[in-house]
Amino acid sequence: MVRGVGALLLGLACVAVPAQERSLPAGALRSGSTYLSPELRAMQEDGFANPGMLWVEKGAKLWGVRAGADGRSCADCHGDARASMRGVAARYPAFDRAANRLLDLEGRINQCRAERQRAAPFAFESEELLGLTAHVASQSRGLPLKVAVDGPAAPHFARGRMLFERRIGQMNLACLHCHEWNAGRRLLAETISQGHPNAYPIYRLEWQSAGSLQRRLRACYSGVRAELPAYNSADLLDLSLFLAWRAEGLAIETPGVRR
Amino acid sequence: MADARVQVPAQVRRGESFEVKILIRHAMETGYRLTDEGKPIARNVIRELTCRYNGVLVFRAEPSSGIAANPLFTFFVTAGDSGELVFEWVDDAGARASERASVTVAP
Ligand code: HEC
Ligand code: HEC
Repeated sequence: MVRGVGALLLGLACVAVPAQERSLPAGALRSGSTYLSPELRAMQEDGFANPGMLWVEKGAKLWGVRAGADGRSCADCHGDARASMRGVAARYPAFDRAANRLLDLEGRINQCRAERQRAAPFAFESEELLGLTAHVASQSRGLPLKVAVDGPAAPHFARGRMLFERRIGQMNLACLHCHEWNAGRRLLAETISQGHPNAYPIYRLEWQSAGSLQRRLRACYSGVRAELPAYNSADLLDLSLFLAWRAEGLAIETPGVRR
Repeated sequence: MADARVQVPAQVRRGESFEVKILIRHAMETGYRLTDEGKPIARNVIRELTCRYNGVLVFRAEPSSGIAANPLFTFFVTAGDSGELVFEWVDDAGARASERASVTVAP
């Protein structure tokens, strides 16, 4: 009963704070890489053989390429990514007050591309956007995820949690049913993980390519035969925020390798 | 796209064999797949990969269907003089690409 009183007091103190109870406490969190076969885990950990490094390297090259109306590169403003981008991915998705919307890392990069470089934004899943995102995110490798879900991010977080728990598709399953109740079990040829976003963008053998978290989430929607949310839709962004909060403390592993 | 990544040791000793790795960005389209409309997708794999060490052929491969996209090749070369490794490859569509890496040999 003590818990009930605490929640009540908290509720009185600041009504806007969302219910942040964790069904997966820190000690129970398992990165997606723990469910991989030993071969794939070795491939992910091998800094050379990991095919995702092709995208990281592509991004590293693009970082220095001048583009747009003012002919500026990412490096012209941000300098050495190893210093300026360290820890950045661990804070995304984040609410951008000036733009008044939630941005994931891809969205943030494309915002810089459009507004600061004044160049045409990259298409979703383009080699360029995946490359830059993988390059930026890999600067946070080993650092724990920690996103803000208070203030203007609170409604997005609450919606993300709602979406995570809502049944969808012809299979009438929620994310929760697979990634919490059945994590570690097999589904056809795959082992279901806890569904964490800490290794994205990943290289997926089935795609024979790198891919974003949004692409992975769309694959889950299609897996349960639900209508696919569009890239950059509120649903995918809000879910990404909830997922990042749910994985709080897990180390970033970009670029992950998946089957 | 960065077409390839190459890895060789920073320095090698003369007479010693050292490991060379090259990871190539390529779809390795098998020729067995169909588009959503049921049309076959033409085979397009890396037809030939060569590596020359100071001009001398030290490695040659003829990959075929059934090798995963973005293949990794690993082989050993015996260190002679300091110089350059030149990798060249061509695919079924006739696209050619190359990559180089320098080798520093300690006496
Ligand atoms: C003209 C200068 C300029 C250029 C060019 C530029 N940026 Fe930025 N970028 C900024 C500024 C200023 C901010 C911080 C803005 C803010 O906090 O509102 C920023 C923020 C960011 C952030 C978020 C950092 C954080 O701590 O949350 C990322 C990621 C980023 N930029 C990536 C890029 C990439 C990738 C490119 C190249 C495609 C690029 N930027 C090009 C000026 C630039
Ligand atoms: C029918 C079961 C099922 C449902 C429902 C489902 N997924 Fe998945 N999901 C999978 C499988 C299988 C994979 C691939 C194996 C893995 O990494 O878990 C996966 C992968 C993921 C991953 C990638 C994890 C990693 O480490 O690469 C994330 C994130 C994810 N799902 C989130 C979600 C979200 C959010 C929802 C709800 C919209 C959802 N999933 C619904 C089965 C499901």
